[in-house]
Amino acid sequence: MVEVNGADTAWILTSSALVLFMTPGLALFYGGMVRAKNMLAMLMMNYVAMGVVTILWIAIAASIAFSGDVSGFMGNFGMVGFQGVGLGNEIFGYSIPDSVFLMFQLMFAIITPALIAGAVAERMKFSAWVIFIAIWSVIVYAPMAHWVWGGGFIAKQIGAVDFAGGLVVHINAGAAALALVLVLGPRTGWGSQVIRPHNLPLTILGAGILWFGWFGFNAGSALGANGLAGQAFLTTHVAAAVAATAWILAETISGGKPTTLGFVSGAVAGLVAITPAAGFVNVMGALIIGLAAGVICFLALRLKTMFKFDDSLDVIAVHLVGGILGALLLGVLADPAVNELATGGITQLTAQAISVVIAFGFSFIVSYILAMVLKMTIGIRVTEVEERSGLDVSLHEEQSYLLSE
Amino acid sequence: MKLVIAYIAPFKLDEVRDALKETGVTGLSAGNVQGFGRQAGHTETYRGAEYDVDMVPKVRIEVLVDDTLLPAVISTIETTARTGSIGDGKIAVLPVEDVIRIRTGERGQDAL
Repeated sequence: MVEVNGADTAWILTSSALVLFMTPGLALFYGGMVRAKNMLAMLMMNYVAMGVVTILWIAIAASIAFSGDVSGFMGNFGMVGFQGVGLGNEIFGYSIPDSVFLMFQLMFAIITPALIAGAVAERMKFSAWVIFIAIWSVIVYAPMAHWVWGGGFIAKQIGAVDFAGGLVVHINAGAAALALVLVLGPRTGWGSQVIRPHNLPLTILGAGILWFGWFGFNAGSALGANGLAGQAFLTTHVAAAVAATAWILAETISGGKPTTLGFVSGAVAGLVAITPAAGFVNVMGALIIGLAAGVICFLALRLKTMFKFDDSLDVIAVHLVGGILGALLLGVLADPAVNELATGGITQLTAQAISVVIAFGFSFIVSYILAMVLKMTIGIRVTEVEERSGLDVSLHEEQSYLLSE
Repeated sequence: MKLVIAYIAPFKLDEVRDALKETGVTGLSAGNVQGFGRQAGHTETYRGAEYDVDMVPKVRIEVLVDDTLLPAVISTIETTARTGSIGDGKIAVLPVEDVIRIRTGERGQDAL
């Protein structure tokens, strides 16, 4: 067993802080895109994940994800309440303390349900949201994390790889977003009224924070301060830069103007797509993934008008489509010179494809059932009067902007 | 006494205010408004979705003037706010019954 190493521990502590900071970044990214009357409600949906998911992670979710293994499907309950998690590395055997590993993982568990918030913006009840993400963290996120990173069947039997969360984070959140959108229905006035972003500078700042935090997300997933972390850092940045540029190019070619929202959407799409592949591909691979993410996620925006579902802030086009793209392209582009755990080819691609179907299917079905149960019990949607008045006032009794006082 | 209300293009505000000062106007109020007239709105695009925005931003200026100053005020606004293209705006003139300066209680022309 390796010793706990100071450099590795310092980097993962730093990365944990970087990943946590992505959730406020995401809150601003999303918040700027909703109408002014729903700004605080949007921020709150993200921030509340930092509270609720942390509690459930300590209580039970970490144990289900990472404590031992019960026939490949989930962990045991040996780590409930973080019992036995100490200053050493006796449990996981990484070169970082067990507590640091579980804290780093906690930050992923927080941002994943927060990603879903963009799809249900401007109409979901706050109480239903809190209950949804609390249960979802335990029965969807934790098992999925176990399958992929905790020694479960996706890693062991299927042989799929996921460096930093294409399956566990982005496809998982994207599939749940689709389920919730179908149960919730569209916002009042969607398709007939002009529903515009109220503050794009905040969205752009939020995207910048995401880009910054993503270095902790991906390079931190090397679980050490080493060459692989450096490679993941590099591929992450390249994919974001290429995808952002490709997106505004696609906008221009399709007859529009290059937009600021387009540039940052492209950056996030690139970051999503490189997430599963960051520690498996070389720079050229990252470039291809970035290019594909920028163009294909831009085209995927049309899905919601084609199929008439109101995915408020395009979680499906960016996270579901981007996540699938990255998980599959990794099967083709994985370079064993970067990481011996995966080599691009038909075997890896098949494993990746199967894992994508399982991740999407599991998350979609369980999320759909959970959403239906909430709808039939406490209700999942605000009243039309609350929706029209704005969720800031009707759900939180606050307002974002009182500039004249 | 008259109240002159002018709806002008926002970028013309500074020019109109400076020109009105020179004609002898001692004060005015201005605010941002949105409206529509003959000027068509514009298109905005967010993530590929196009929206036609019908209401365009304008600035509304309100000036209280003495009848003797009225023709000069109107022609000043007219000439400075005019670009010749659609969207230059409108001027309305309303009769004013009385004006009271709150601080001193002066009324009528003295309060202007």
